[in-house]
Amino acid sequence: MTLGRGQPSEGGLPAPAPEPVDAADRTRVGVDEWVAEAEQRRAAQTGLSGMVVRVWERIPAPGRLAILIGPFAIFPFITSQGNLYRYGLITIIYALLALGLNIVVGFAGLLDLGYVAFFGVGAYLYGIMASGHSGHHLQAEIAIPIVVVSTGLLGLLLGLTSWRLLGDYLAIVTLFFLQAFVIFVNNANGGLNDFSYPFVGKVDLTGGANGLDQIDPFNLFGYHITTTKGYYFFTLISLILLMTMLYFVNGSRTGRAWRALREDPLAAEVMSVPVNRLKLLAFMFGAATAGFSGTIYGAVQSGAFPGDYDVGLLITIYAIVILGGLGSIGGVVIGALVVNGAPELLRSSANARFLFYGVLVLALLVAMKPWYKPVIVLLGTIAFGFAVHGIASAVWSRGTAGHIEGGGQFGRGLEHWVLLPRHTQSIAGWAYFALIVAALVLTMLHGWQRLLALIPTLYLASFVWENKLVEQVSGATRLILLGALLVVIMNVRPSGIFGTARVEIV
Amino acid sequence: MLLRLENVDTYYGQIHILQDVSLEVNDGELVCLLGGNASGKSTTLKTIIGIVRPRRGAVRFDGEEVNDRPPSYRIGRGMAIVPENRRLFAPMTVKENLEMGAYLHGGGAQEDFERVYSLFPLLYERRKQLAGTLSGGEQQMAAMGRALMSRPKLLLMDEPSMGLAPILVERNFEIIKEVHESGVAILVVEQNANVSLSIADRGYVLQTGRIVLSGAASSLIKDEDLRKAYLGR
Repeated sequence: MTLGRGQPSEGGLPAPAPEPVDAADRTRVGVDEWVAEAEQRRAAQTGLSGMVVRVWERIPAPGRLAILIGPFAIFPFITSQGNLYRYGLITIIYALLALGLNIVVGFAGLLDLGYVAFFGVGAYLYGIMASGHSGHHLQAEIAIPIVVVSTGLLGLLLGLTSWRLLGDYLAIVTLFFLQAFVIFVNNANGGLNDFSYPFVGKVDLTGGANGLDQIDPFNLFGYHITTTKGYYFFTLISLILLMTMLYFVNGSRTGRAWRALREDPLAAEVMSVPVNRLKLLAFMFGAATAGFSGTIYGAVQSGAFPGDYDVGLLITIYAIVILGGLGSIGGVVIGALVVNGAPELLRSSANARFLFYGVLVLALLVAMKPWYKPVIVLLGTIAFGFAVHGIASAVWSRGTAGHIEGGGQFGRGLEHWVLLPRHTQSIAGWAYFALIVAALVLTMLHGWQRLLALIPTLYLASFVWENKLVEQVSGATRLILLGALLVVIMNVRPSGIFGTARVEIV
Repeated sequence: MLLRLENVDTYYGQIHILQDVSLEVNDGELVCLLGGNASGKSTTLKTIIGIVRPRRGAVRFDGEEVNDRPPSYRIGRGMAIVPENRRLFAPMTVKENLEMGAYLHGGGAQEDFERVYSLFPLLYERRKQLAGTLSGGEQQMAAMGRALMSRPKLLLMDEPSMGLAPILVERNFEIIKEVHESGVAILVVEQNANVSLSIADRGYVLQTGRIVLSGAASSLIKDEDLRKAYLGR
């Protein structure tokens, strides 16, 4: 009965309680073996991921922020303009957007599929107030607050639906809101189908399908942000501020109430939480964040185009939030880095190659326990490859005649390991098919059989990669790989990179 | 008179659940509300806390009619509830759960925590643990602790012994008695007639939405009619 007490558990579990009258008697109640076991499990959590998480949890919050943001701060000084835009700026804008969605979905648990519309509203609204298209040129320090307040109010309006609609029903209504927005901006160009507004008549608000062009760069107190680097730092500072703010909100009474609302609205209500008001607040905060990100995106693109604010972006942002871990602030930034960075990296075959082999090795190391098993498999695969290559070069010289382009040292090494036939089309096609069959067979094997079967399968995978996939790396392969990467990550960390594991009360 | 239900009728849509229910709880009293499945016990509690509103009749708390007041108002006036199945916030720590209980008081003062921790030392030990990883008995304590954080005058408990081993049920009622002795009036809804009547001052028996029996706990426990109404034999 006393199993749970005095266990040497880590994580700084409490000092003894203030001495109660019959403590020994009372504390026994409810401590059962299951709890003791659960605690031991937590303390004994080993492996790479467990260690990383433990170390991470021990770092104080400012340190964590510095570790997350540090690389972003250095990045502009070590990279080119184009890379800064593709990897840096877009990632941070995604991270901002995802943080906003994280308030609505991660904290408050409201399934808002109209979120991206607020991003679009931000861009368009800024464009209407400051662009060559509209003819107005408002200062950014005036325009941005107007955008933030109006998107916040719009969020409040949409949030009203969440008073009566929950879950799937809320999702449908908000998704319609997004579609309505897309259709509106596609048509509000003052053309034949457009409304005639009161007082002003027909106005070209959004430029219709062609988009709203010539949006002004930010003019902040007379200082014009014109370079990518300038926007990068502006966005980075916004990100830091937003993350800091959300960190404090998360630990506050309101943050707790949001999480309680997400877990159990009824229980939250009988704890006297004003459920409806908090839902509106979440919608409002989220929408305002999205609107703010939208102004940046509009200014960076110097235009706002209907296609940018559609379901595709919505899925990307949701992927970021889920990958990072619902409700986790740091996780969302990492999620943005992975979801935006990985497909960009994969555009070049050399990068893609490193990512491919890296993910394979990493997945093996993480997924297989104990540690010596993946090592056996890896060494086995390497030896197997050299053996096959040696035999092939003796009997089938055509099979090793190909070359790897632009792989550097690593690529030249690979040429001695993997078979590279001269005409690859049909043989690689069959190999691809064989690989899928082999992967299916693998799932049916167990123990040492699986370990042994893994060696030729891995070799086959790299054969298919070098002979078929790498050629279409900027096309379909990129998406296949991204999908595989997300599957691997979500398998290793089912509740997201930084997410806390779900605990259900049963 | 702390709580008084006067001829309350509650409906779920068209279905008439509570029919002319009147009951009262005095200051510092421990009252139990017995009844079988679907007899309206939980609905009575929901009507008292304000999740459902009665169509007729009045709910008076502390001398004030609270019929049209939301739960948060009633909690502010001194009600608290331990919901059926406890309904802790599973992915939040025990301490955060307690803080939720004191939502109206800004997350709980030091003395609130001390009061709850001295009543449940185990919660202090587990305060950084996620509530979902607690065992059934511990969850019951956490749920009671959470309710007590709002400094209630009246604690409503919905089936506190549900899902607990027999030894824990008894222990649980000892805790309820202890909370009661610290000066909180308690209205406990139960199926377990013997254990709850053994600690209660008075009891009511509900059957298909009507109060069929009421009286002092000591007389109810010996009552033949109770066996008939409640146990069906």
